[in-house]
Amino acid sequence: MTDHISSGAASSEAIIQLRGVEKTFAARGANAPVTALHEINLDVPRGAILGVIGRSGAGKSTLIRLVNGLELPSSGSVRVDGVEISALEERALRQERRSIGMIFQHFNLLARRTAFGNVALPLEIAGVSKAEIRKRVLPLLDLVGLSDKVDRYPAELSGGQKQRVGIARALATNPKVLLSDEATSALDPETTEQILALLRQVNVDLGVTVLLITHEMSVIKGVADRVAVIDEGRIVEEGATYDVFTGPQHATTRNFVASITGTQLPEHLAKRLTAAPEAGKEALVQLVFKGEGAAQPWLSVLTRKLDVDLGIVQAKVDHISGRPFGTLVVSLPDVAKLPALLVTSKELGLETEVLGYA
Amino acid sequence: MPEVFSPQILKLLVDSFVQTLYMVGIAGVIGTLIGLPLGVFLATSQRGELFAAPAVNAVLGLIVNAARSTPFIILVVAIIPLTRLIAGTSIGTSAAIVPLTIAAAPFIARVIEAAIRGVDQGLIEAARSMGASPLQIVQKVLLPEALPAITLALTLTVVSLIGYSAMVGAVGGGGLGDLGIRFGYQRFMPDVMLAVVLVLIVLVQGVQSLGDSLARRFDKRSRH
Repeated sequence: MTDHISSGAASSEAIIQLRGVEKTFAARGANAPVTALHEINLDVPRGAILGVIGRSGAGKSTLIRLVNGLELPSSGSVRVDGVEISALEERALRQERRSIGMIFQHFNLLARRTAFGNVALPLEIAGVSKAEIRKRVLPLLDLVGLSDKVDRYPAELSGGQKQRVGIARALATNPKVLLSDEATSALDPETTEQILALLRQVNVDLGVTVLLITHEMSVIKGVADRVAVIDEGRIVEEGATYDVFTGPQHATTRNFVASITGTQLPEHLAKRLTAAPEAGKEALVQLVFKGEGAAQPWLSVLTRKLDVDLGIVQAKVDHISGRPFGTLVVSLPDVAKLPALLVTSKELGLETEVLGYA
Repeated sequence: MPEVFSPQILKLLVDSFVQTLYMVGIAGVIGTLIGLPLGVFLATSQRGELFAAPAVNAVLGLIVNAARSTPFIILVVAIIPLTRLIAGTSIGTSAAIVPLTIAAAPFIARVIEAAIRGVDQGLIEAARSMGASPLQIVQKVLLPEALPAITLALTLTVVSLIGYSAMVGAVGGGGLGDLGIRFGYQRFMPDVMLAVVLVLIVLVQGVQSLGDSLARRFDKRSRH
């Protein structure tokens, strides 16, 4: 592990670089050829954790398999640390894969090897001596918190423990890059949190760049510095996680963001909602706060300044990359004060939207 | 009863038992030496697999199927020239090993193929992601992970071979089946027949129990 620079901070240099990548699967029998990926350009900065999110069938599995050459692109180039993966011949590719670890949704541990034996496998494959293997495996199992499970078989371990073995195994050959293929999708939320924390620790302590794919926004939110949204084989949005979450541009991204911010009005209110003011109805205003504006006590500033009464209809506050981000739906009984509310909110750095009257 | 188990008959029984073990043992070992690699190849050589060679796979598959569809007793007589070439004679226990082996190898190939195909594809992908060569994947992943299934498959093979070995009496192969036919049936000694059947039942039971218990010991997928 000493040959890694200990730094969690991402540099601007891309360690994984995809340029104009297309992947088409040849026709099989009556099935027409399928283009899984179109014109993919993606940079993963060295030391970063980049998450690719997409629905099933969006092409993310194919995408991650291009990086270690389990799939080869139909055209375009895939580079890892300057090495053109797509151009390597089989033997050189096998050598290169040792510097790219991979973990899987279903762990893919050998049932007939203990935790120790599983972590030892990539070292055996690399031709490392028995004594050297022992020296390497035990600290790795310690790192992932399994020093008391060394001689346990996978069947004796919980899902989270199995994935920890998977992570130790992926790190055995000192990789520069760790690929995570839906690594938490088979785990419960609490275990998911623990595994994500371990990935973060590995990223920071060992300086390993992580490329992960997932269909869960909570994974991106929990661990990714950067996010790429993939839809129907195309990357439709890419950027710093906070920016993408707080200002989603593409419909797919907005859907993913809505899945965790939950800004849908409850049905009983949505039914009563009218576009024009009516007697006895209150104005419903959605206030989105993020970035600088989110840090100040804007709600009390707002009520004091305008001398209005506000009810809270719905609220969702989240923290992404350590910064707050939220959506608040307030009700304003004194409809006459609506224009002033909107102006002042904008001054405070909030995004406003009048949902209607209910 | 007493006259049945005269020392001569007892000696015949013991000799036949040893002959059966000898034939089944040698045919099983040589059959495995041929069938195991053949089975591994059949399981890994279809389109897109580790040793992808779909044409060779198809041809070998055909040969294996042809060998397996030939009734054993026909195989025994059909390959007599080959038996003579290999064993120097076409009669006797050693000669009988030739058709037994030729019947065993394709059978073993198919059961090994099924055992290997039972290994989770995800493990192959994981091994490839570690930089394993196809040979390393066979050696470190497929064979060890399939070991419980392979053990059961070979147990099944041995039990089948014990059954086949009863037919090699047709070429003077000896063994328990031959004893049963010649003494029990042709010389009207039903007690000998009964003794042969009982010994065979005990033998098959023993082989199956040994195979089951080994397979259980190799299997780490569940706690027991």
